[in-house]
Amino acid sequence: MKDSLGSVQSLLVLGGGSDIALATARRLAQDKTKRIILAGRPSERMEAGADLLRGLGAEVRVVEFDALEFAGHDDTLAPLFAEGDIDVVLLAFGVLGDQAADERDPMAAAKVAQTNYVGAVTSSLVVAEALKKQGHGALVVLSSVAAERGRKDNFIYGSSKAGLDTFAQGLGDALQGTGVHVMVVRPGFVESKMTAGRPKSPMSTTPEAVAEGIVDGLRRDADLIWVPAQLRYVFSGLRHLPRPAFRKVVEKQA
Amino acid sequence: MGTDPAVVPGKQWEVAAVPQPRREKLTGWGRTAPSVAQVVRPRTREQIAEAVAGAGPRGVVARGLGRSYGDPAQNAGGLVLDLTGMNRILGVDLDQGTVEVEPGVSLQQLMQAMLPFGYFVPVTPGTRYVTVGGAIGCDIHGKSHHADGSFAQHVLELDLLLADGSVRTLTPETEPELFWATAGGMGLTGVIVRAKLRMMRVETSRIQVETQRVANLDDAMERMTLTDADYRFSVASLDNLATGPSLGRGWVESGNFATLDQLPEKLRGNPLAFSPKPLAAMPDVFPSGLLNRRTIRLMNEANFRRAPKDARPHLATIGGFFHPLDAIHDWNRVYGAAGFLQYQFVVPFAAASTLRRIVERVAVQGAPSFVTVLKRFGPASPGYLSFPADGWTLTYDFPTGTPGLAGLLRWMDAQVLEAGGRLYLAKDSRLDAGDLAAMYPRLEAFRKVRAEADPHGVFVSDQSRRLGL
Ligand SMILES: Cc1cc2nc3c(=O)[nH]c(=O)nc-3n(C[C@H](O)[C@H](O)[C@H](O)COP(=O)(O)OP(=O)(O)OC[C@H]3O[C@@H](n4cnc5c(N)ncnc54)[C@H](O)[C@@H]3O)c2cc1C
Repeated sequence: MKDSLGSVQSLLVLGGGSDIALATARRLAQDKTKRIILAGRPSERMEAGADLLRGLGAEVRVVEFDALEFAGHDDTLAPLFAEGDIDVVLLAFGVLGDQAADERDPMAAAKVAQTNYVGAVTSSLVVAEALKKQGHGALVVLSSVAAERGRKDNFIYGSSKAGLDTFAQGLGDALQGTGVHVMVVRPGFVESKMTAGRPKSPMSTTPEAVAEGIVDGLRRDADLIWVPAQLRYVFSGLRHLPRPAFRKVVEKQA
Repeated sequence: MGTDPAVVPGKQWEVAAVPQPRREKLTGWGRTAPSVAQVVRPRTREQIAEAVAGAGPRGVVARGLGRSYGDPAQNAGGLVLDLTGMNRILGVDLDQGTVEVEPGVSLQQLMQAMLPFGYFVPVTPGTRYVTVGGAIGCDIHGKSHHADGSFAQHVLELDLLLADGSVRTLTPETEPELFWATAGGMGLTGVIVRAKLRMMRVETSRIQVETQRVANLDDAMERMTLTDADYRFSVASLDNLATGPSLGRGWVESGNFATLDQLPEKLRGNPLAFSPKPLAAMPDVFPSGLLNRRTIRLMNEANFRRAPKDARPHLATIGGFFHPLDAIHDWNRVYGAAGFLQYQFVVPFAAASTLRRIVERVAVQGAPSFVTVLKRFGPASPGYLSFPADGWTLTYDFPTGTPGLAGLLRWMDAQVLEAGGRLYLAKDSRLDAGDLAAMYPRLEAFRKVRAEADPHGVFVSDQSRRLGL
């Protein structure tokens, strides 16, 4: 159970090797989260992350989970809830792809879409059902500012996140009254392994800042958070900008 | 249908249909950490037995009037039995001064029924809106703990409906273990379906009260220590934001039930009058953060000035003395949607320095508390998880949005623990499981009795999951 100050006791991460996920898990473990399950494709990164969390006093389990194995999501995830309540599920997996290359390789593009959208849909639904039975808990879904408007340099990734973002919003509404809360997180450009080597954008952020935003949003039961928070205002302007003007803004930024 | 008809003596067995459960979002009085459960409002013990038998994998817990601050009367994803529908007074013995009730009878109801005969409830907390079931489940205390002990110490007998649907009659003499695991057991041993209480004899329904302003914490403690023996009821209210030489300033209220000849002429005609006013309801419109450091500082100042410098005796009503907050229904809404939490601890008398350290740190940090109450407890009750024990008990009411609150409270937990003290489960909403085990040395013994009474863990609550009780 989340306690009266919004601290959570248990966490399940889907995409346990993600920088944002591990930063969030570390941040929570420093507070009161003592039971953590990292689910993801086996990697040294995830194992190292698990060790670090154990060092913070958490009891950590690593579980094999592949976003692309849609059919197996129920069997992999549902049993995790039988071992004890899970207060927060963080859906953090996703791939950025290589826009230019993926445009020439539709199958590679499909993989981005399948991981970021389809895999997220199947796993979220399994998790949502389990949380509903539990009568409490939060599902945190990592979207992106790229979900807000399509742009030529990342529309494959962006559209997959847009699908996920819309899905998560609707799921949150569908879960009203069940005790389950869905929070969509839209970080700006995050400096992480995923974006290493890419030029930084003006409103770039760090995994730690996103983690901080998530913890704060969970306390407030927020439906949607932006990191950095100012992005909300930037996008409330950009959202309705006519396309030609939007293109110009993007050009200038690049 | 796990019930054996033979266990319901004197009653024709019939299958009463369990009322339909409703899905509801529940919180405690502090309005934090909501969870959703199926809520059933049974009217008979047969219905309770049937509901308990049909509880799914998430189990079941009893709920009274939901006046616990945290999460002991909620059960996410499972079943919650709202017992407020079982509110009949089953029998009264005026010679013995005893009363038999169903678990959902509220203390207000008991006062209304029994005061005309010169009987008051044995122990009353700061609100009349608690049920007898909840009062036993938390083994509550009042301003008279040093004189009267806790609520369960006045329970002569209770019927407990167990996980298998059977009902067992428990007395402290015949089944001390299960009785004292149930008293203060936070609803985790079974459902109390009947209780027989010893009431307190009173001549009038007024309390002869002395209120005295105290300049600081030392003053308050000294006065309470010196006068404890003279008064059945005593309590100090502190201005929790005052610092320096005024640290812990406030006022001490001490009182006894007035005797007939202490009443003025005009009240003697109806000395046992008790007419709780219909409540004004608090609208649910308050923004979180309305009660903050600034507003509470102002209120503290006003309250302190209002308290007389010298003890002046005056007569107070039951409501005015014991339950001032009850004058307004749903007053917890003043805290806004973010809610609040109550932090109540006890430390042994020898640890007065810990008490002082805590009062000081809270004041210096400036964490606003709407009510800050200091009391002296008498000897502990035999309840395995009962809270009161010889020592000082202090209660704070903090809005959850207070900056730095989590860190402050953790520091307080550590202080309390080190001093050999503990926190009150009826108020708890955030304690660490490990700290709880250290605070309650009889937890293991409780677990053993509970495991025997409920081997499959049918009775669970959000609190029991959170704390691994
Ligand atoms: C304004 C205010 C002032 C207060 N002052 C005091 C005080 O001075 N001293 C003090 O001790 N407490 C105080 N309290 C706390 C209150 O007295 C307790 O929380 C009390 O238990 C609430 O009773 P309830 O009927 O609302 O129980 P609930 O909060 O609904 O339930 C409390 C617990 O009892 C269990 N329970 C309820 N009914 C049954 C049953 N039939 N069988 C088995 N278990 C059952 C529940 O499962 C739960 O664990 C105060 C609360 C408020 C709001």
